[in-house]
Amino acid sequence: MADLAPRSRPFLLLLPTWLTLGLFFVLPLGIVLILSFAQRSPTGSISPVTDWWAYISSGKFLSNYAQSLDGLYLRIFWRSLWMAVLTTVLCAVIAYPAAYYLAIAAPTRWKGLLLALAVIPFWTSFLVRTYAWMLILRTQGLANDLLIAAHLIKEPLDLLYNQTSVMIGLVYGELPFMLLPVYASLEKLDRSLLEAASDLGAGKWSRFWRVTLPLTAPGLAAGTVLVFVPSLGQFVVSDLLGGSRSMLIGNMIQNQFTTARNQPFGSALALELTLLVLLLLIAYAAYARKRGEELL
Amino acid sequence: MSQITSKGKGTFSASHAALAVYTGAVYLFLYAPIVILIVFSFNRAKQTAVWEGFTLEWYAKLLGNAEVGHAVVNSLIVGGLTTLLATLIGTPAGLALARHRFPGETVTRALLYLPLVIPEIVFGAALVTLLGLAGFRLGLWSVVIAHVVFSVPYVAIVVRSRLAGMDRSLEEAAADLGASPAEAFRRVTLPLLMPGVVAAGLLVFTLSLDDYLITSFVAGVGATTLPLKIYSMLKTGVTPEINAVSSLLLVVTMALVLVAQVLLRDPTPKDNVR
Repeated sequence: MADLAPRSRPFLLLLPTWLTLGLFFVLPLGIVLILSFAQRSPTGSISPVTDWWAYISSGKFLSNYAQSLDGLYLRIFWRSLWMAVLTTVLCAVIAYPAAYYLAIAAPTRWKGLLLALAVIPFWTSFLVRTYAWMLILRTQGLANDLLIAAHLIKEPLDLLYNQTSVMIGLVYGELPFMLLPVYASLEKLDRSLLEAASDLGAGKWSRFWRVTLPLTAPGLAAGTVLVFVPSLGQFVVSDLLGGSRSMLIGNMIQNQFTTARNQPFGSALALELTLLVLLLLIAYAAYARKRGEELL
Repeated sequence: MSQITSKGKGTFSASHAALAVYTGAVYLFLYAPIVILIVFSFNRAKQTAVWEGFTLEWYAKLLGNAEVGHAVVNSLIVGGLTTLLATLIGTPAGLALARHRFPGETVTRALLYLPLVIPEIVFGAALVTLLGLAGFRLGLWSVVIAHVVFSVPYVAIVVRSRLAGMDRSLEEAAADLGASPAEAFRRVTLPLLMPGVVAAGLLVFTLSLDDYLITSFVAGVGATTLPLKIYSMLKTGVTPEINAVSSLLLVVTMALVLVAQVLLRDPTPKDNVR
């Protein structure tokens, strides 16, 4: 290391990463971009283009995108979008008071343990955590057994395979991703500002709405990105906990690349999803820059 | 806190108690399903959720299940190779980002964050398309490639933030005392860095062990990993055996994450500098 010119050192250190991500991340995405303008052949492969001029001037290269605007697909896109929005809002509403307690009111000796407990689900198997809800919600599951034992119902309810069960799974899976950034922003909150607000005569609620909430908006924004993005591209939760009418974009894309064997159309859908995600991230980056934070 | 609570102390502590109860409920929501899953893995009942007594039967059955055993071996191979390759590739990148200024820095950072934010399903579909076009046969190696791609950014980011929080004066002191840059790196930077690298490795191993979605695209015949096996098992119906294997996966990953958390706790542990 010592005999390398200092100027070239960072490049040598970064070369393996650039190669790995370039070859196996950027290149595949580029191929998907190109494929999204192609056509599927009757056998499920890619149709060769014989007359490029005609292909482009007739607008045929955009036909996958045109097809994605069809009612059925648009409905699934719309459903995915509002379910992701609802998941984000529910996570924020559920997580905020708990994060507030952790950051401001919790006894110090409990704090470390409570924080560790909030971090662990972050990293543990999403698949297994989703499966646990199948165990609870299925016809012979715990929820139905408890309700029957309590004589609240006679016949088991259909709790699984609908949009509510998907919603529960999404909120359950993504909640830690909202809890932690909101906690971090509350932890950084300057307590003397709250005191000042009280001294100036602000009531508890007006202090919350006009001081605490605006000052912790960065945490909520970060949590929104962390929750919204994976919810939008969700596959596992909707596949395991959802029924045929709770299909999301993720399931649709997976279907095009596997069973339907229509890579070009799947590519167009994948790019539309990516575009939605990138738009949100660009908005978030602009927000962070306006606040003078370094994002990258 | 006491200054804030000076006005209307009674109502404030009452609302804190309410908040404590609420937070308890949120934690119950987070952990009850996990606890239920683990408890049920010891339940003798085969079909219902009613408790019929303690048994280790389902764990014993797992031991005899050759397919699950094969999936576990595959997962360990993939996890091990991924951890090794991702730390070898990502650690130098984290080092470069923390210690050097260079043209293309912003692009590199964006490149590192992109795999963390692009939907998994898009990456999985894109990678399998590339491998298909390149005529690469799907198998364990394609799974390793996919896992290394999503792991390298984690390693680079963890290593970079560990170095960023580290005092540079130690390296400078080593140089002042006559250590060559290589020596200073080997005897000062590397020991300080190691807990971060190990923690990153553990987290990456956990991610690899857990990944279902991306793996489902790129795993070839015979490359079934544990999450793929669990998925196909539970597609055919809930069985006590799935509870047992899921509980095991859960406990193992939780233990790994806990160790990683402990390693990452203090950015400059004094007893590590010799």
